Amino acid sequence: MAKQVFILVGTRKGAFILESDAARRSWEVRGPFCETWPTNHVVADPASGIIYAGGGNEWFGPAVWKSTDFGASWTHSSQGLAYEAGQAPVKAVWSLAAGGDGSLYAGVEPAGLFRSLDGGESWAHLDGLQKHPTRPEWNPGGAGLILHSLVLDPTDDGRIWIGISAAGVFATQDGGASWETRNRGTRADFMPEGQNYPEFGQCVHCLVMAPGGGERLYQQNHCGMYRSDDGGRAWESIETGLPSSFGFPAAAHPRDPDSLYLIPLNGDIKGRFMPEGNTAVWRTRDAGRSWQAMRAGLPQGGAYFNVLRQAMATDTMEPAGVYFGTNAGGLYASIDEGESWDCVAPHLPTITSVETLVIER
Amino acid sequence: MSEDALRDPPADQTAPVLVRLPPHLVVLFPGAPRLVPLVAGSVAEMVDGLDARWPGMRERICDETPAIRRHINVFVDGRRARLSTPLAPGADVFVLTAISGG
Repeated sequence: MAKQVFILVGTRKGAFILESDAARRSWEVRGPFCETWPTNHVVADPASGIIYAGGGNEWFGPAVWKSTDFGASWTHSSQGLAYEAGQAPVKAVWSLAAGGDGSLYAGVEPAGLFRSLDGGESWAHLDGLQKHPTRPEWNPGGAGLILHSLVLDPTDDGRIWIGISAAGVFATQDGGASWETRNRGTRADFMPEGQNYPEFGQCVHCLVMAPGGGERLYQQNHCGMYRSDDGGRAWESIETGLPSSFGFPAAAHPRDPDSLYLIPLNGDIKGRFMPEGNTAVWRTRDAGRSWQAMRAGLPQGGAYFNVLRQAMATDTMEPAGVYFGTNAGGLYASIDEGESWDCVAPHLPTITSVETLVIER
Repeated sequence: MSEDALRDPPADQTAPVLVRLPPHLVVLFPGAPRLVPLVAGSVAEMVDGLDARWPGMRERICDETPAIRRHINVFVDGRRARLSTPLAPGADVFVLTAISGG
């Protein structure tokens, strides 16, 4: 038995899979898969090794693609991946998450949540979110009204947190039947003075859970970086020490709940680049109290790209790998928790998502 | 098979319509041909027939409005059609991906 490490990459033109052994020194790039459909998220069910890719095509609508052989062959389905007749049609799948109980969740645009109990063959709408009293007042963010962050509690199948741009963070404790807003302490700088801490309407960019099965969450917001130690009931700013309060992705460490990776950009009105065109991933090891820029091996000067909200991830290896993909199609990897980096695929299409899978076979 | 061989005389009320499918649609359904003869009295029935042969094809052509997807065009005898458009026996139907969709 030997470990194999996969980087699962969603792009504007299909899914790609990079594969390596435990050393993670050289990577075989395979793809494009999914008939080059715009692919927003590629994930794996670590229990089965099945890979799922969610996206949507302007012609043919939303779909979830599935591979049971690590990308060699794919099928697709969107059976049931639709709202009731007369509603605004589902445009695309934006986020996927495999639950410990065999369920598979899909977040879509316009924002809603679907669940499959048969490995993505068919889907049922969890309509509790549409019944939330705030629903008529949700407004889209720049990428649309998208349910982009989907966090499952590994210790409790009934608990799910979601992030919707720009409705904010919501949580359920009953498997999606009822939902609560979880935005206290996060800013909405784009609202009039005096209304900057609303109950909902924040522009959450990425929501992740710290390891360990506790209540710790982190989020990168349009307006700040935050940590919550109580499941999102209250959020505390962790942006002091970072070069800006703006960015898209966040990635938690696989074992250390105090470690987090962020990629701050130069704000939301100056091109959304990394400051001065210098690439850096910022790491905290004390839950956001202090930050360190990790730059070794990353382009310094003239790097005018960004990293989209789902395009950074860690793996479960020791030491942990950290991976991010850019809108310019570069995929970067660190196999030492961010200390040093290599470009492992320089010219992919615009990268929308990065996830990992480690298996033994 | 040639188009003439697939087409019955127009007087035959059971004559199939001839549906032409775009290449990037048929590639999603292994075994589906570009040219499909089937008996249908409307575009909606034609979609039913396609979905019966290749489950899931309905969702690729139609959304849940229900309507033909925004960036898909269906032409019947040279005119742009909707799901309710009737199909005469032997009608020529083109399912096309609109340039607006990419």
